[in-house]
Amino acid sequence: MDVNLTALLPEIILAVVACGVMTIDLFLPKERRGAAFMFSVVGVLATLVAVLNLYGQNITTLGGMFVVDRFAVIFKIVFCVAALLVFAVSHAYLKEDGEIPHGEYFTMMMFALLGMLTIASSRDLIAIFVSIEMISIPSFVLAGIRKHDIRSNEAALKFFLFGVLSTALMLFGMSLFYGIAGATNLADISENLAGRTDIEEVSLLAILFLIVGFGFKVSAFPFQWWVPDTYEGAPIPVAAFLSVASKTAGFVGLFQVMFLALGSLAGTWRPMFGIIGVVTMTFGNLVALQQKQIVRLLAYSSIAQAGYMLVPLGVASATNTELNTTIVFAVVAYLLVYAFMETGAFASATAFSRRGGGYMVDDYAGMFARSPVLALAMSAFLLSLAGIFPFAGWWAKLVVFQALIEGGGLWLAIAMGINTVVALFFYSAVVKRMFFDRSEVTTAVTLPPVLAGAIGIAALVVVVGGVLPDLFGRLAQNSHFF
Amino acid sequence: MNLVDEWGITLAVFLPLLGALAIALTPKGTEGIQKLLALGSTGAALVIGLMVAFAFEHGEPGLQFEKNLQWIPSIDANYHVGIDGISLPLIVLSLLVTFLCIVYAYRHIPEPGNTKAFLALILLLETGMNGSFIALDLILFFVFWELVLVPMYFLIGIWGGENRQYAAIKFFLYTLFGSVFMLLGFLALYFQSDPHTFDMVRLQGAGVLNLPIGLANLIFAGLALGFAVKVPMWPFHTWLPDAHTQAPTIGSVLLAAVMLKMGTYGFMRIAIPILPEPAQVFAPLIAILAAIAIVYGALCCLAQTNLKRMIAFSSVGHMGFVMLGIATLTPEGFNAAVFGMVAHGVVTGMLFFLAGSIKERYHSYEMPELAGMGLKIPRMAGLLAFCAIASLGLPGLAGFWGEVMALLSSYRPLEGLNLTVFRSAMVVGGIGTVLTAGYFLWMLQRVNMGKASEASLKHRYADVERLEYAAWVPLLALILVLGLYPRLIMDTTTSSVTRLTETVAGERAEVAQAAER
Repeated sequence: MDVNLTALLPEIILAVVACGVMTIDLFLPKERRGAAFMFSVVGVLATLVAVLNLYGQNITTLGGMFVVDRFAVIFKIVFCVAALLVFAVSHAYLKEDGEIPHGEYFTMMMFALLGMLTIASSRDLIAIFVSIEMISIPSFVLAGIRKHDIRSNEAALKFFLFGVLSTALMLFGMSLFYGIAGATNLADISENLAGRTDIEEVSLLAILFLIVGFGFKVSAFPFQWWVPDTYEGAPIPVAAFLSVASKTAGFVGLFQVMFLALGSLAGTWRPMFGIIGVVTMTFGNLVALQQKQIVRLLAYSSIAQAGYMLVPLGVASATNTELNTTIVFAVVAYLLVYAFMETGAFASATAFSRRGGGYMVDDYAGMFARSPVLALAMSAFLLSLAGIFPFAGWWAKLVVFQALIEGGGLWLAIAMGINTVVALFFYSAVVKRMFFDRSEVTTAVTLPPVLAGAIGIAALVVVVGGVLPDLFGRLAQNSHFF
Repeated sequence: MNLVDEWGITLAVFLPLLGALAIALTPKGTEGIQKLLALGSTGAALVIGLMVAFAFEHGEPGLQFEKNLQWIPSIDANYHVGIDGISLPLIVLSLLVTFLCIVYAYRHIPEPGNTKAFLALILLLETGMNGSFIALDLILFFVFWELVLVPMYFLIGIWGGENRQYAAIKFFLYTLFGSVFMLLGFLALYFQSDPHTFDMVRLQGAGVLNLPIGLANLIFAGLALGFAVKVPMWPFHTWLPDAHTQAPTIGSVLLAAVMLKMGTYGFMRIAIPILPEPAQVFAPLIAILAAIAIVYGALCCLAQTNLKRMIAFSSVGHMGFVMLGIATLTPEGFNAAVFGMVAHGVVTGMLFFLAGSIKERYHSYEMPELAGMGLKIPRMAGLLAFCAIASLGLPGLAGFWGEVMALLSSYRPLEGLNLTVFRSAMVVGGIGTVLTAGYFLWMLQRVNMGKASEASLKHRYADVERLEYAAWVPLLALILVLGLYPRLIMDTTTSSVTRLTETVAGERAEVAQAAER
């Protein structure tokens, strides 16, 4: 088997750094354990450089299992940038918490990141499965890392049980496809399935199992039950990591399997995604209306956001590559924008949850008077999630609408349109609290510089990307998925 | 002059935005500088707007000051702007009213203060409003349209009256609801055009859109829903009384004077010229809704005891006249609509200014408490009477022409439209004018005359102040000038609206020819 080390360089660097941080942490005196943050940041930066170095290349290695192309590289960049932002948020969070072990925390994040990097390159069912497990297992640990907190324990256990069950079902689905197509390589599967008419029932079953697995990862209804509890119990930066990076990884895997391997079965899976997408966004938005706690609100909103990204698959076509390209473009563009606005929202929530702030939406009352810049940033992220110009989210929704209309999914588009209005209600309710309500407390919420930097970068991207969306557009267009 | 020719309208749109950014960067406690910045940027934008108006070739039907630049190539959206006789009066109105609002704001920053945020939001709002009137690309239009929402939401929600939070969210949700369907309509137009385009001018070209009539009607309905919420047409008007009543004075002025026009302008710029056939299908329905709005608005006004809420409801009726004019699809009707929009902007904007200043003195909008104002503050009462009479459509003042021309044009709508419907609408509208006169005169009787209440007798109130005159005189003068010399607007609009009618009628002729063949 051929092994191209250049193509694997980012993963190798990251794996080495992750193991290194874990080892070094053992020998550091207790008061210097914070060094893990610096090492990890440098490690991910080095990985990012190695990834950027691969931009524009087309390499296939490990017997066709591992591919480096524009699509893979773009998502690797997204994962690395999201991880760096989450690291910055974690830095402030861990300092405030004081009990979470730094070494383990950052090591686990880097291992999960490693899984994300490999899933972007995977073109084989086994590689995708291994990558997903690589992401999941460290995530279980991260969700439960606040050992002293019973909610964190609950978060981890729930996440673990759901996760194990759904990946097992997904594995079963994959094995069925191996049985039908006689291959694990996505392109081979696609080739062997083409023109087969005797596999409708079994492939329907297998697709359902696959959807369970990916649905869990991207938090689609009805596999989303773990999300609010896990987000609430886990440290907030971990919730950000799950809702941004881990969800994006789920979408990447979903694309690869659905379009590259099972494209010819689009007629079978298309309606499922249409329905799941609409139900997911409706459920997420309606339940989010009731939330009083900011992280739970963001959790339900992130479920709804997954719905917006799933519906375009509901108009996919078995034969029309041009339409499929538009669909992938729309979702990739959405994911790019989502990474920044969602991370930003969680980062701001982390900042507000520090001393002097609070976890409840009610605690946000009068925040504009207390911490105007932070309140402005949080509003920008929330309004972007709601899809309001001039924040980048408007454009992400626009391209999804565009894909839906092009694919003839007018009813899906209308359902999403109504959902957008419902969603505005709870996003603006938080904004309302911060700007319209007055509070007795007048002190500002403290904002450490690293966290401020992360929020600032995310806000800058969300605003500039809102006015000049082609920054994302060109990137998404260049992904050349097909 | 070259700069004005090339970039004039762009500058008029973005100077306020620059001003807003500059204000946002000023440190705390520099309110004087912030006000100067606001005044300077809106003033400069107004001057440029006037220079554009003078350089504009009046009587030329086509687009002028056009500019087309690439903006988001990945979805074929361009920065395509330009103005014609329909947009010019509206953009000048927007520039003027915002400038006067800033002048008024010099002394009137509403509770709870925060001059910086207040001024920055108004300037941001102005960019959105001006931009909507020059955009010739559907996505660009949508962006400006949406840009208006956020500042207005905050203006109502922070600086509004007691029930401000409810009003702010209602306004936001209603408008977004409409605009989502409008956006879906835009996207449908994009995919139905060949070659795909968001460009309004190209979408009007022959053979670009080949729609089955059912789908065309559906798209028109989507667009119309978005615009109708904004206008607001009955029965989508329920956000308006709340938003208007709760908004701070300047917010109400801008809402009434400019923002409502974005809806009616949308009909004239986008829905009708791009989809002329469905426009004829929907025209009778629009006429019926407009007639209902006229009478309904007037009846609601009769029931109000709150001065500001009454003015808000009067907008429903006035915009009904504008929509009636549009529904006729004739040059006279369109002329009436544009004239009505400007007149309503000037008159109702002025009425909201007055209501705000009266509230500042009496701390109330309730008419029984304002009774006897003619004795206490005679000049203010005089201005109120002047504007109320202008609003009820007295000949010689601005309100007259829009209403009477709308009624006249609905006697003879575009050939082929249902005459019974339009003539009935004319009669109903005529009754509406009587009711309008009724409620305004009754309001004057209750406010200006009557016996002063106990509470107000104990206080002395300042009459109209110098700064208030500064903000109001241009509007008062316009009310008179437009009433005496309506050609000021008609000369600009006539050629453009004639062309608009030709687009609509031409389509019909083509269809008839095709049927004959």
